[in-house]
Amino acid sequence: MVRTYLLLAWTWLRASAQYPIPMITMALGSFVLNGLDVAAIWVIFEHTDALGGFGLAEVMFLYGAAGVSFALADMLFGNVDRLSQHIRAGTFDAVLIRPASAFVQMTTDRFGVHRFGRMAQAAVVLGIALPQLDLEWGRAWMIPVMIVCGLVIFTSIFTLGGALQFLLTDAPEVANAFTYGGSTLTQYPLTVYGGDLVKAVTFIVPLAFVNWQPGLYVLDRDDPFGLPHWLRFAAPAAALILALAAALAWRAGIRRYRSTGS
Amino acid sequence: MIEVDRVGRSFTVGRGRSRRTVHAVQDLSFTIDAGEFVGYLGPNGAGKSTTIKMLTGILAPTSGRIEVAGLDPTRRRTALARRIGVVFGQRTTLWWDLPLKDSFDLIRHLYKVDRDDFRRRLAELTDLLDLGGFMNTPVRQLSLGQRMRGDVTAALLHDPAVLVLDEPTIGLDVVSKAAMRAFLGRLNAERGTTVLLTTHDLGDIEKLCRRVMLIHHGRLGFDGTLDDLRATAPGEDSIEDVVTHLYTASPADR
Repeated sequence: MVRTYLLLAWTWLRASAQYPIPMITMALGSFVLNGLDVAAIWVIFEHTDALGGFGLAEVMFLYGAAGVSFALADMLFGNVDRLSQHIRAGTFDAVLIRPASAFVQMTTDRFGVHRFGRMAQAAVVLGIALPQLDLEWGRAWMIPVMIVCGLVIFTSIFTLGGALQFLLTDAPEVANAFTYGGSTLTQYPLTVYGGDLVKAVTFIVPLAFVNWQPGLYVLDRDDPFGLPHWLRFAAPAAALILALAAALAWRAGIRRYRSTGS
Repeated sequence: MIEVDRVGRSFTVGRGRSRRTVHAVQDLSFTIDAGEFVGYLGPNGAGKSTTIKMLTGILAPTSGRIEVAGLDPTRRRTALARRIGVVFGQRTTLWWDLPLKDSFDLIRHLYKVDRDDFRRRLAELTDLLDLGGFMNTPVRQLSLGQRMRGDVTAALLHDPAVLVLDEPTIGLDVVSKAAMRAFLGRLNAERGTTVLLTTHDLGDIEKLCRRVMLIHHGRLGFDGTLDDLRATAPGEDSIEDVVTHLYTASPADR
């Protein structure tokens, strides 16, 4: 599966290299656009010292960690949200007659340099935030763990959104609400939101495990919502359960695929 | 090689009150042996494409059992893909933005074709289908005739035992059509590849198919040789008239 992914992604990347200028422009555009998000946080801190009880460096850390997870998921697998376009155009039939995973074929479709833009910006933010945090190095091991768990969680949400498009070919926007919406939600400390929303993103759509719960451990902070302490170590379990649900939904979706008349 | 046993496929269409179930294919049974060349006929919307999609693992049947090259298409889709070749005349299965040559290279990797076998087969197909002139052209820039030849090549590079073609001559000019027919006939005669082909072009049927199956309103209406087909309507002269007669006959007449 990994080999097929790399093979397809590399072939597309080479094909896109035939038109380098639009690709680089898109990558830069995405970098700048995401940079505006950071500027927004900056503007907030011009007027206050803390956001939801967290200082600038801490907010940047939460933002950067979730950003890197989301950017990786979006870069590697985000293309699955274009499934309904392929279904409507009838090109998904061609995907299914190839001896390779439909998921891998979908996610690598038109892989290009433009997918790297978001990644670079989030990595820069995380890189700036980390040295300012005065971290306890005994807790730093959680950072790669949370990034990987975040990647799995966002990928699973992308996949669930893709699976949904087998049923609702007209509504990829529903899926976007969860993927891009989830990315926006995790940009800020969850304390800026209400308690009910936090419970929902902890126990239903486990977005709180992308950066919030493990982030509390890294920053050595008490949970402002008073949720159990062990939750901050639960990210891998949450990611695994969600990934399993996503894989099952994807398989069920392919079974229910109706193709288009011709 | 292909076994279809009491297969049905229904779709629910519409929403709310206008919601209803359409039976695209009902109680379909047939067997195709290795080495056969079978034409699959039927008016628009009769269930031809639905059948092809079920045979290739794209659509799961609602009921019944299918086996192609010894495999259940829905459960073993990727394994089956290595044993069959599929061509859709209406749309390409090649990668739209990639040069033809890159598409073929990808296929070699995806199907895990041995490098030497691949080179030999590609050289043979390039020669037979005259692909040399546009090997480096992106698929989207190819003419329909060129694209069709590219698609057929792509379907054969892994030397499949079964070739399934959904309207392979649609839109082709007479010369391209004749070349395609000659090629498919040779493939079946020399390599023994089992071929199942749907078409609206009765010339394809007369030139190529020893056996004809006709689907109408989702059910198999006829299955036999070309001569048997002619015998169903003794008054009609041409094959067109015979088929028109069968298409327009209501299902209750049969």
